[in-house]
Amino acid sequence: MKPAAFTYHRAGSVRRAVELLSELGEDAKVIAGGQSLVAMMNYRLARPEHLVDIAHVKGLAGIRRVGGALHIGALTTHHAVEVADLTPDFAVLSRTMRWVGHLPIRTRGTIGGSLAHADGTAEWCILAVLLDARIVVEGPGGTRRIAASDLFLGPFTSALEPDELIVEVVFPRRAPRAALTEYAERRGDFAIVAAAVDLDGCPEAPDIPLVVLGGVAPTPLPVRLGPDFTGTTGPGRFGEFATAVADQVQIRDDTGVSAHYRRGLVRTLVERACEEAAQA
Amino acid sequence: MKEGRIGANGTWVGASVPRREDPRLLTGRGRYVDDLTAQGMLHAQFVRSNEAHARIVSVDLSEVLNVPGVVAAFTADDLNLRDMVGVMERPEHEFRVTAMPVLARDRVRFAGEPIAIVIATDPYTAEDGLEAAVVTYEPLPPVVSEEAALAPDAVLLHDEAPDNTYVDVTMFATEGIDAVFDDAHRVIGVDLRSGRQNALPMETRGVVAEWIDRDEQLLVRTCTQIPHTIRDTVAACAGLDERQVRVIVPDMGGGFGQKSCVGREEVAAAAAALRLRRPVKWIEDRRDNLTASFLGREQHYRARAAFDAEGHLLALDTDVICDMGAYSAYPSTAAIEPMMAAVEMPGVYKLPAYRVRARAIATNKAPTAAYRGVSRPQCVMVMERLMERAARELGLDALDVRRRNLITTFPYKNSNNITYDPGSYLESLNLCEQTLREEGWYERKAEAAASGRVMGIGYACYSERTALASTAFSERKPRALVSFDMSDITMDMTGSVRVTTGTLSHGQSHETTMAQIVADRLSLPIDKVKIVQGDTDKITYGFGSFASRSIVIGGGAVAAAAVALTDQLRILAAHLLEVDTDAVELDGEGGVRVRDEPERRLSYGDLAFVAYLQSPRLPKGFGPGLRASGSYDMLADGVFSNATHGVVVELDPGTGGVRILRYVCVEDVGVAINPQVVEGQCRGGIAQGIAGALFEEVRYDPSGQPLAPSFMEYKVPTAMEIPDIRIEHLETPSALTESGAKGAGEGGTIGAPAAVLNAVNDALRDTGVEFDDTPISRELVYRALENGPVGPGAATPAH
Repeated sequence: MKPAAFTYHRAGSVRRAVELLSELGEDAKVIAGGQSLVAMMNYRLARPEHLVDIAHVKGLAGIRRVGGALHIGALTTHHAVEVADLTPDFAVLSRTMRWVGHLPIRTRGTIGGSLAHADGTAEWCILAVLLDARIVVEGPGGTRRIAASDLFLGPFTSALEPDELIVEVVFPRRAPRAALTEYAERRGDFAIVAAAVDLDGCPEAPDIPLVVLGGVAPTPLPVRLGPDFTGTTGPGRFGEFATAVADQVQIRDDTGVSAHYRRGLVRTLVERACEEAAQA
Repeated sequence: MKEGRIGANGTWVGASVPRREDPRLLTGRGRYVDDLTAQGMLHAQFVRSNEAHARIVSVDLSEVLNVPGVVAAFTADDLNLRDMVGVMERPEHEFRVTAMPVLARDRVRFAGEPIAIVIATDPYTAEDGLEAAVVTYEPLPPVVSEEAALAPDAVLLHDEAPDNTYVDVTMFATEGIDAVFDDAHRVIGVDLRSGRQNALPMETRGVVAEWIDRDEQLLVRTCTQIPHTIRDTVAACAGLDERQVRVIVPDMGGGFGQKSCVGREEVAAAAAALRLRRPVKWIEDRRDNLTASFLGREQHYRARAAFDAEGHLLALDTDVICDMGAYSAYPSTAAIEPMMAAVEMPGVYKLPAYRVRARAIATNKAPTAAYRGVSRPQCVMVMERLMERAARELGLDALDVRRRNLITTFPYKNSNNITYDPGSYLESLNLCEQTLREEGWYERKAEAAASGRVMGIGYACYSERTALASTAFSERKPRALVSFDMSDITMDMTGSVRVTTGTLSHGQSHETTMAQIVADRLSLPIDKVKIVQGDTDKITYGFGSFASRSIVIGGGAVAAAAVALTDQLRILAAHLLEVDTDAVELDGEGGVRVRDEPERRLSYGDLAFVAYLQSPRLPKGFGPGLRASGSYDMLADGVFSNATHGVVVELDPGTGGVRILRYVCVEDVGVAINPQVVEGQCRGGIAQGIAGALFEEVRYDPSGQPLAPSFMEYKVPTAMEIPDIRIEHLETPSALTESGAKGAGEGGTIGAPAAVLNAVNDALRDTGVEFDDTPISRELVYRALENGPVGPGAATPAH
């Protein structure tokens, strides 16, 4: 459990980080909090030849409100979000952080690292899709914004180019009635199923709750129900709504977790996420 | 009462004296193996088998040696070490002698088995070296289940073990037992499996070995529960005299049985250090610990029990199969689990007729060592499931059925041929139930049911035979018999003593508890007593710490040595004070006085000064010096600690989740030398028992590859999953031990799985589903609850 040899580079600025990534190409990995990457390197499942450390880049950590939007710097830790006062518009982000690993992990791991790692059950990935976040990315050609729904291509695979760096995540719209909940046998584990809901839906269908699921597909899976569920904002219909969501998603049997059980977890967790969102 | 002596009788024993280990361990000044270093030290890692079962065609290390920084690499042939072979003095059809080579030679039998040792200038480079090794295998069919191992056409792991069976014993077989079953009112069955687990010490295994020319010694600093056995084995494997090996054990972060066997890697690293004449460190990483260390607990029980209409247990017939994995570990052998299961099965219950067949089988999995409790967690599961099922089928209250069957008169000789010393079996059950009732859990359970929530309450009653020594182990017939412990004590001229013990604290606080015992015997403040352990050059011989033996056997030896020293002090004082030895006594203030003239007194320091520096004043035949020895062996069958555990769980119908709401343990370890230490043992043990019931399992895929190489997959519970635990003490002092104490190391682990299982089953009582296997699958809990209550009736075991 010692990593293979690599060359360590400390970038002092975003520009320098991007330069290094451009020079080093696919053999380089960005390291921020290191909470996923270091473990994978120790098991030699990841063997980057170069690490570009951005932990010392100034200005990449912090939370700002810009108009109705929330901007979170890529180096902002889960814990910083957890303890930030984001009520009421973005309190869902703070509340969700309790599900991210354990406290020591949350004090090191970052939002940018989590999104770049692109684990389909990771809370940040699910939240980003749910809340239609824009991922601000710096590359050799300048800045571009990637919609969260376009970021995740597959398990641990994102639309980031090897020479691109996430610098900021923008949550464009308020979500006062949203929640994420999940289930794992142990607290702090990656979820078997995670369910996030925004009761206010999305701009295209503002009255139908929007659901994003983790653990049922390789990437966070948005689920939109039809007009039958318009106005499903009261507790009386959450069970029915959750059942409809669970019935709609395609789930396969997996080692140790049958499709039947996973579907049951989807139903349970969607209902509970709805209840939590309604009480938010 | 003297300051700091807060035991009931003004003694150190019985007082929750602050742990003497804590100041260094809590301030980061502990020294563990990985903290140790040596001039020019190299780092070792092991080339391990990728295959679960294969012939080794070739091992090519030439590229390994080309990796910059790699210093050496050795195969089994290079080091030419003798195999480790544990032997039971039993007939061949009962015990098959098989060997465990230090490094695999021509055959690998589990994925992760060490094949070669690579030694480099740093641990990173050592791992680079591993990647350059080329091992060519000729795969053999992997044997990864009991069914596969025992199949008529199964490939044999060891030619010496037909039917892939290391051990096959049938014991007790009470005369007329078949007739008891034929005539019984009801025969109840249980078919129960427990998952493979890792004892999971927080500190993995590790060693720093170096040859010291001046001492003509291979110095092996290692984290082990059995330092002398490591010394003997390293010497034997490497062809050295025992005086040429010195084992020192630094601070340890747990063992739980995993370090009560000789590690192949420990021996190989020591041999490499000997060969290279350079210090070699090996620190087991977590992946290797999870996949290639010693494991335990994978067992299958098929039990039939005969009951009368009132719920009296009449007879028990059990078939036990223990999946011991790829090798018979040394020195415990593959018999450790089946023999423990066979002998200890009846536990706290009167059992008129008993028959057991117990087997150890070979599979292509990492081998099994002792893990805290050794088979008794499963034995208790069997007995407690039988009590519950009998009550259900006979329409009786499950606690009443237990009360009818608990042993209540002592000493009691059961059909397993063991005599139980007095305990509080019934009292602990009653107090445990009373505690949960007084805390209102029965009402809460009823209220929960009314509101659609699912709660259950479960119990487990058990006793644990502790302090197994020559009598108990003789019955099992090992060639190397674990029995006595011996201690040497010396007093210096400041009146302080150093006392050796052959036991080895790897977290059990012996530096505190044994000092309490000695301090009482010598009427000394505890800080005048230093316990010396874990050094084969300082301690003549000892077996180490396991099987809850230390406080009785080791504690008995330090007490005997201390008493022998008091005799020396009295003889010397009487001589100097010119009175008969009978006329002097310890004064309780660090001196010896004339009983009728207390002002005539000599302090220990005065006496020691004479003993060391004024030898002409010594009586004839005395000393020189102030030292004494003592030893202790348990000649009875052992002493039985007991407890009842009560657990309240809530199940989540939406997820199958199991949450423990309350945990009550009423335990009796006789005299608790240090109650706080006992509670710590108890809590940690319960956490490990809960882990086995609900979380941890080492699984393998069909090709024998381990599926839990990290803590992502191996689900050790954390503080988030382990509840607060209420512990109540009862005290039935043992008349058989020096301090009235019984062993306390393993009990928590033994009771917890059965109690949790029973609580979950109580919660599921209306669903028609019962669990007998561990760990309990959340999906099966979910499925059981999904269809709602089916009403009371015949339950179907969930497998």
